[in-house]
Amino acid sequence: MAELMPSLPLDTLAAAPRDVAVARLVALGPAARLVFRGREAAIGPAGEAFGVPLPREACRVNAADGRYALWLGPDEWMLLALDTDPAPIFAAIEAATAGLPHALTDVSARSTGIEIAGPQAAFVLGQGCPLDLSPEAFPVGMCTRTLFHKAEIVLVRTAPDIFHIDVWRSFAPYVWELLEEGRREFA
Amino acid sequence: MLIIDCPWCGARPEVEFAYGGEAHIARPSDPSALSDQEWADFLYNRTNPKGLHAERWRHLHGCGRYFNAVRDTVSDFFVVTYKAGEPRPDAGTEGGDR
Repeated sequence: MAELMPSLPLDTLAAAPRDVAVARLVALGPAARLVFRGREAAIGPAGEAFGVPLPREACRVNAADGRYALWLGPDEWMLLALDTDPAPIFAAIEAATAGLPHALTDVSARSTGIEIAGPQAAFVLGQGCPLDLSPEAFPVGMCTRTLFHKAEIVLVRTAPDIFHIDVWRSFAPYVWELLEEGRREFA
Repeated sequence: MLIIDCPWCGARPEVEFAYGGEAHIARPSDPSALSDQEWADFLYNRTNPKGLHAERWRHLHGCGRYFNAVRDTVSDFFVVTYKAGEPRPDAGTEGGDR
């Protein structure tokens, strides 16, 4: 089947990122992104169907086999799986939570992923993000919605010096270019 | 930058928040039974105190939840924040965590 692949918002900009070893920048490919909101009864089954239990502690990520369950609010989670078709995950969670009050939305095309990695990644992010990104205040496994300059992002620390940024696609060039600007002093 | 304690997420910078007006204003259960003056009071008239003020805030660029805060309108000092639905803590106490 000939399939038309939608272009990603960073295809052009990210084709030739500046080579900065202390803060490498990568535009991530398509991913499955689902937003799950639900009451107590539906939370457990949804996590089981997704393969990762939904974190109950604020601003935490649970991860397994390349799948991430991000706490975004007390009844709101983002389920993220890089390079995965969202449809089977969606169907599995819907089946597991049938009859239980919840809302499951496929937002895969809404945002795009950027990874920034290296010993100066937190420094570069800190130029636009008002949070304390030290390992004590923002440890590995923490995630949150926040701001990068004027754009809302979802920020996840997946390793001591690796951050995953999820940004709405129309804001992606803005965030990318400001990250590039922040890296210029290391080039 | 002002630091505000979100009851869910903890201490966060002010730019992540949006102001939501005075807290603890319940919509009248039977608006048609009210006089025009009472309805106008509900819609428009606020206490506007000089001093401690209970108000709604929303952690817009965070967990997205509304919560309530007691703030001193003279010093802009946040005395305490608490989840929506919880009663206002004693106004006279110097409670809170900052």
